[in-house]
Amino acid sequence: MKIVVCIKQVPARDSQLRVASSGAWIQDADLSYEINEPDAYALEEGLQLKEKHGGEVVMLCAGPARAAQTIREALAKGADRAIHIEEEDLGAFDALGAARLLAGALGSEKPDLVLTGLQSDDLGYGQTGVILAELLGLPHATIIMQVEKQDGSIRVKRELEDGWFQHVEMPLPALLTIQSGINKLRYATLMGIKKAKNKEIRRVTAAELGSPGAASIQLSRVYLPSRNKQTQLFDGPPKEAAAKLVEKLKFEARVI
Amino acid sequence: MSILVVMEQRAVAGPPAWSRMSWETLAAGQQLARELQQPVSAAVLGQGIESLAAELTGKKVDHVYVVEHDLLKDYTPDTYTAAVRQLVERTGAAIVIFPHTYQVRDFLPKLATALGRVAVSDVVAHRIEDGKLVLVRQLFQGKLNVDVRFAGDPPYFASMQAGAYRADTIETGSGAIEMFTPQLTPSRTKPLDLFREAQRAVDLTAAEIIVSVGRGIKEADNIPVVQKLADVLGAELAASRPICDSGWLPMERQVGSSGQTVAPKMYLAVGISGAIQHLVGMKGSKTIVAINKDANAPIFEVADYGIVGDLFQVVPALVEEIQKAKQS
Repeated sequence: MKIVVCIKQVPARDSQLRVASSGAWIQDADLSYEINEPDAYALEEGLQLKEKHGGEVVMLCAGPARAAQTIREALAKGADRAIHIEEEDLGAFDALGAARLLAGALGSEKPDLVLTGLQSDDLGYGQTGVILAELLGLPHATIIMQVEKQDGSIRVKRELEDGWFQHVEMPLPALLTIQSGINKLRYATLMGIKKAKNKEIRRVTAAELGSPGAASIQLSRVYLPSRNKQTQLFDGPPKEAAAKLVEKLKFEARVI
Repeated sequence: MSILVVMEQRAVAGPPAWSRMSWETLAAGQQLARELQQPVSAAVLGQGIESLAAELTGKKVDHVYVVEHDLLKDYTPDTYTAAVRQLVERTGAAIVIFPHTYQVRDFLPKLATALGRVAVSDVVAHRIEDGKLVLVRQLFQGKLNVDVRFAGDPPYFASMQAGAYRADTIETGSGAIEMFTPQLTPSRTKPLDLFREAQRAVDLTAAEIIVSVGRGIKEADNIPVVQKLADVLGAELAASRPICDSGWLPMERQVGSSGQTVAPKMYLAVGISGAIQHLVGMKGSKTIVAINKDANAPIFEVADYGIVGDLFQVVPALVEEIQKAKQS
């Protein structure tokens, strides 16, 4: 089974985010970056399916040159090779434009299964996978918690609201967006890190994949959300802050 | 610029029933209609949905489109995409809005793509500027907001986050039923059984006080730090999704859109940043307390009381102070 896993590099989870002076995006120069968490679970699922059924895991990533680090780490975990769509300004593409890049870069790859994380931790559209499925003409299912390969088809467990799930069956090739927590993430081994150095990363630029077309949505301004609720914040040394909080909980909120 | 609200119904454990968020989306549609001085209509898809449609006719909408077909009985992305697409083309609706449910997340991007558009997902607010619609959504798990505008020609698509609009603002009126039968072919995906995992042993909804823990706890070995706080308060221990994903606490203790929705007397969020998926599961709590090292964490937007600090110092201090307060 040939499995393509789409990954994205995003600012590390505990980054202190500051809005850029232009107001168009964040100040991203001094941030550290990591693999988008749901994509890490998609990669793990791809690796486990390959271990069970044989085949190949190909990483697909659109991002600036710095994304090469994240791709290398994914290769160290066991992916066979990677395609890196190099583009310094992905912000110029909307979700459809970005998915067109991914579809274009797949070219003649003809995967049996395409996996993505269910959403990105930065933009959080939760759409790229489904858009890619439509562009590639593949059936899809989202927010997947289990994948079982059958003869020429797959059976998946889809998460719904309020603790409900549904099984869905579909023919291959297909696309799935993977939910965090579907599996247990592995660490790269020393051997894996060593091997990754010799694995192929095919680089292609966004320009080579053709014009993205006009964007149909535009992000016009990024800002800190305003607070609707007056939060009483207590500071000082922990003991002092805790004492003030407990007094409020006892005499104002009356919950202790 | 007429507005179309696509409502959601599901037959999960019984006859078709509304997804509660649909009413909030209808409220949003009516509000947009007032502000843009445009007509609003509502649609419902499925099979055997006459009684649901009848309920919609009592609301202030122009038309109630009843989109019925045998192939719409069970949701599939292929059939729902085709049906809504045909309805949008037939009605010429310019702004088409949906509740931001798991089902909508599954097919709306496909629908928008088929029409060469991008949907704005997870909208939390909107405003009109120079007659143009500006939608507000969140970035970075709620740490930042962004204003989004549509470019190019309609139709424009958006999905509205739970709790962003109030269902109790819906205006009553009378809408005219219009039947619409789409041309459909069978779906490539085959929906099978709907199920819940083994019966939940923990009913968080019954708890009066909940202590909930998030990524800030760093590792499984640190869970006793918050367990102690829960014990001294006589509270149930709960968690945000990543903690359950990592297996540090069982899934049945998860609060949020994919876990339980709770509204206790006090909800104490420890080391939880407050992504929207978590907030929707707890923001109805009577008193919310947050302890987090990041003063900009979105959890403070819903908190009544908060301490910005290192939970490993704050929580033990809090345990001590609570013990004192209980003895006095």
